[in-house]
Amino acid sequence: MSYSTKVLDHYENPRNVGTFGKDDEGVATGMVGAPACGDVMKLQIKVNKDGVIEDAKFKTYGCGSAIASSSLVTEWVKGKTLDEALSIKNTQIAEELALPPVKIHCSVLAEDAIKAAVADYKAKHGAMVETAACKGSDCSN
Amino acid sequence: MIKQPIYLDYSATTPVDPRVAEKMIPYLTEKFGNPASRSHEFGWEAERAVEEAREQVAALVGADPKEIIWTSGATESNNLAIKGAAHFYKSKGKHLVTVMTEHKAVLDTMRHLESEGYEVTYLMPESNGLVDMEKFKAALRPDTLLASVMLVNNEIGVIQDVAALGEVCRARGVLFHVDAAQATGKVTIDLAKLKVDLMSFSAHKTYGPKGIGALYVQRKPRVRLEAQMHGGGHERGLRSGTLATHQIVGMGEAFRVAREEMAVENERVRTLRDRLYQGLSQIEETHVNGDMEQRVPHNLNISFNFVEGESLIMAIRELAVSSGSACTSASLEPSYVLRALGRSDELAHSSIRFTIGRFTTEEEIDFAIDLLKAKIGRLREMSPLWDMFKEGVDLNTVKWAAH
Repeated sequence: MSYSTKVLDHYENPRNVGTFGKDDEGVATGMVGAPACGDVMKLQIKVNKDGVIEDAKFKTYGCGSAIASSSLVTEWVKGKTLDEALSIKNTQIAEELALPPVKIHCSVLAEDAIKAAVADYKAKHGAMVETAACKGSDCSN
Repeated sequence: MIKQPIYLDYSATTPVDPRVAEKMIPYLTEKFGNPASRSHEFGWEAERAVEEAREQVAALVGADPKEIIWTSGATESNNLAIKGAAHFYKSKGKHLVTVMTEHKAVLDTMRHLESEGYEVTYLMPESNGLVDMEKFKAALRPDTLLASVMLVNNEIGVIQDVAALGEVCRARGVLFHVDAAQATGKVTIDLAKLKVDLMSFSAHKTYGPKGIGALYVQRKPRVRLEAQMHGGGHERGLRSGTLATHQIVGMGEAFRVAREEMAVENERVRTLRDRLYQGLSQIEETHVNGDMEQRVPHNLNISFNFVEGESLIMAIRELAVSSGSACTSASLEPSYVLRALGRSDELAHSSIRFTIGRFTTEEEIDFAIDLLKAKIGRLREMSPLWDMFKEGVDLNTVKWAAH
């Protein structure tokens, strides 16, 4: 299949690949997807005292569109508050990367990764957890 | 500098050998007659060419030329063989047997017959891709009319023991069809000895043109089929339609070359395949799919654990290869062949099929090895699964979120 130039750019030069140190302050992790489905995204956010995401990192097992979606999301969440980050919708990701219909699930997964990371942060910091990332344990495919 | 992309997908299709193309061209321009024209030299000339090609195809597989029927390719041959026999012999029974790892041209034909009221048993192969003889015997019923097992698997290249399977079928009065599309020029086929009633062939997997194939229909004992294509009664009424002389000439020449050169060519190709295998097995967590001994010399199907297939294909655009991950489809389903072997979905998703051929060079193989080593390292650096594996986490115990 052919990829958009933006997908190719993120795939060739992924932004913010990596993992924060285990003991870093204010770090939360969201891991979504399943190996059996062909994609797993791990998104980490580093939140400062003002509740602003000051850094983000990702690791993704998945197709080029999944890698590009997670790379893009690390750029977008930086500088946002948790609530602002939660307002990022998969449709915006899909539009930005010009994902074809068969790859929309990659953008959904990236949105879920944000929700999961924010939920993890809130759980760790005693805030109300309003967003459950994903339910169920088996691949539905 | 090596010309890129490097073609390592010879099981998808092969280039037409220049010798084959050269022989075909006059049959498009000067020698354009219809082989069915009985009243002039144009027709006679075309007919002679068609019959010479029929002899060349028959010679490669140990058949009598009268047993070879031209078709448009192996898909049509499979359809004609399976539906044609099922329909003709329906009074004999309504049960058919095949294997889960067959080509879609067989599986979909079987599905169609199920919709007509036939019953089909889809055997699961062993984890090495081979059919277990006892399980095969047990699947045959008194009302089984036909069994269909491919000689060489298109994805994993394993070679089924069709000689032994054929003996079982013959003893039980079951017709035996073999899809040999991937086998010609790779393994020796002697239909004079094999207990095979019907065998499908394709030209374009063996350096011939696309759009032409053949079906072997055994004469002794005689196998009968109900035609699927009706019309002028060509090919003894089994397959109507004006013969594509140039395509047929191409298939004949391709099979002639295969017969003369396969022994030497297969050794050369095997050396290259083994070189590729040696190189790639230096990468951690690689798994070969399918039996490595009962296998055609040009195929290597290998899974790179913790790397997703489509992203890998994207990373190695300098190589033209196939992925076992059909992730481009909305279903995200990995290869049904690898799943039938009991491979985990992750490994199935991470598989690449390399198929080497007549024009592959050692430099190309070395380039491929180096490229894969680099790109797999990069993708694993990006893979959360690789991290978890390195930390000693058993991925099977992780509760994954569905999506």
